[in-house]
Amino acid sequence: MAGSAIVVADLAVRRGGVPVLTGLDLEVRAGEVTGLLGPSGCGKTTLLRAIVGTQVVAGGSVAVLGHPAGSARLRHRVGYVTQAPSVYADLMVRENLRFFARVLGLRRARAAVRTEEVIAEVALEGQAGRLVRTLSGGQRSRVSLAAALLADPDVLILDEPTVGLDPVVRRDIWAAFAARAAAGATVLVSSHVMDEAHRCDRLLLMRAGAIVVDDTPDGVCARTGAPDVEAAFLALVEGS
Amino acid sequence: MTPRVTVAVATRVLQQVRRDHRTLAMLLVVPGLLLCLLGWVYADLPAQRFDALAPGLLAVIPFIVMFLVSSVTTLRERSSGTLERLLALPMGRGDFLLGYALAFGLLAIGQALVAVGACLTLGLEVAGPTGWLVVVAIADALLGVALGLGVSAFAATEFQAVQFMPALVIPQLLVCGLLVPRASLPTGLEEVAALLPLSYAVSAMQAVVASPTAAGVGSDLAVVVGFAVALLALGGLTLRRRTP
Repeated sequence: MAGSAIVVADLAVRRGGVPVLTGLDLEVRAGEVTGLLGPSGCGKTTLLRAIVGTQVVAGGSVAVLGHPAGSARLRHRVGYVTQAPSVYADLMVRENLRFFARVLGLRRARAAVRTEEVIAEVALEGQAGRLVRTLSGGQRSRVSLAAALLADPDVLILDEPTVGLDPVVRRDIWAAFAARAAAGATVLVSSHVMDEAHRCDRLLLMRAGAIVVDDTPDGVCARTGAPDVEAAFLALVEGS
Repeated sequence: MTPRVTVAVATRVLQQVRRDHRTLAMLLVVPGLLLCLLGWVYADLPAQRFDALAPGLLAVIPFIVMFLVSSVTTLRERSSGTLERLLALPMGRGDFLLGYALAFGLLAIGQALVAVGACLTLGLEVAGPTGWLVVVAIADALLGVALGLGVSAFAATEFQAVQFMPALVIPQLLVCGLLVPRASLPTGLEEVAALLPLSYAVSAMQAVVASPTAAGVGSDLAVVVGFAVALLALGGLTLRRRTP
């Protein structure tokens, strides 16, 4: 599907009586890796949750692949990785993934095969038989990522997936995102690490609940004459 | 709801319990051991003293144990984000609830066999069919599971979840007919006791022990199961795909 896979219009979210997002508009294209960048607390996670359909919203609309966010027909097609790894600490890596594969409706044999595939994709072959509890933080978040890849989703929403990863794994994981996007998937990745920006096809810079820039990495820099995205972001924020 | 997903949830819960040897051992053995302790407490007194109290405790202990275990496990699912992940997947809320009920129900069978075995070894006189003791104990355990699942929605932390035990369980324990027969309770309290599920759990167990035909056990059991189903359904309402 070409064009916009995610369309957010006039989205408003309040949490605990405080507005977090107000009148936010956004489009995310299929076949690209889109980076959602911004400082902690600017509303990135809330926006991602609204796109996945787990956030109570106060107004506006969110459509994913032409359906309202969170609708039943999207549950096979959208993979979501939360910031904190949401897997069972007291089960093995393999047991976790087989369980989520079964919940996705895969038959036992297929679930077992698919589990090994995603374990390889996140480079955890050596840890497959270990309890998640005994893994490092970065390894745990890769288990959580692997669980989201099981369904081979058309839309992949990732909330700071590369925190705590070593540079080699980080590079490999970004390469995996790029490969998925090249195959037609929509990949939306949030990060507060600006040096990851150049790995994205498109950038959304977010600040205080609003999207302040929506452009390519080069476009963002050209706009401000800044040498890199971090400097451009600072220029945009301080200039406005 | 899909049987495959329900079974996947139940299998996963059992896998987790199996990993946790201490929890597994306590689930299976502690109720039986408590009844042995009760037997010892009454060892030097006439046998009918033990016989009067044991059926009630046989009903209450599985209920309490399963209430605690299920409220804390479900709360853990909520706080670890795994519940949110599951609800964003093609899993029905019924799959989640029934999966838990199935897993804990299976554990309850083992637990009930040990506890009933302990009572019989201690010489409890059972007028009715002994197998019914196991059936009633399992129903009581499921009642505990259902209440625990529902309550976990109202607890923000494990500290709060554990305190629902004294708040919701001990009052039922006091009025359920274990200490004072329900008919001897003062007006008002007797009516309140008639509205609480644990009263029927205890009454069912007492009926099996007292009557050769286990008269009345069917209706008591139906009330217990009815409460368990209703509480599970209420628990289902607390599993929200969207949260603030």
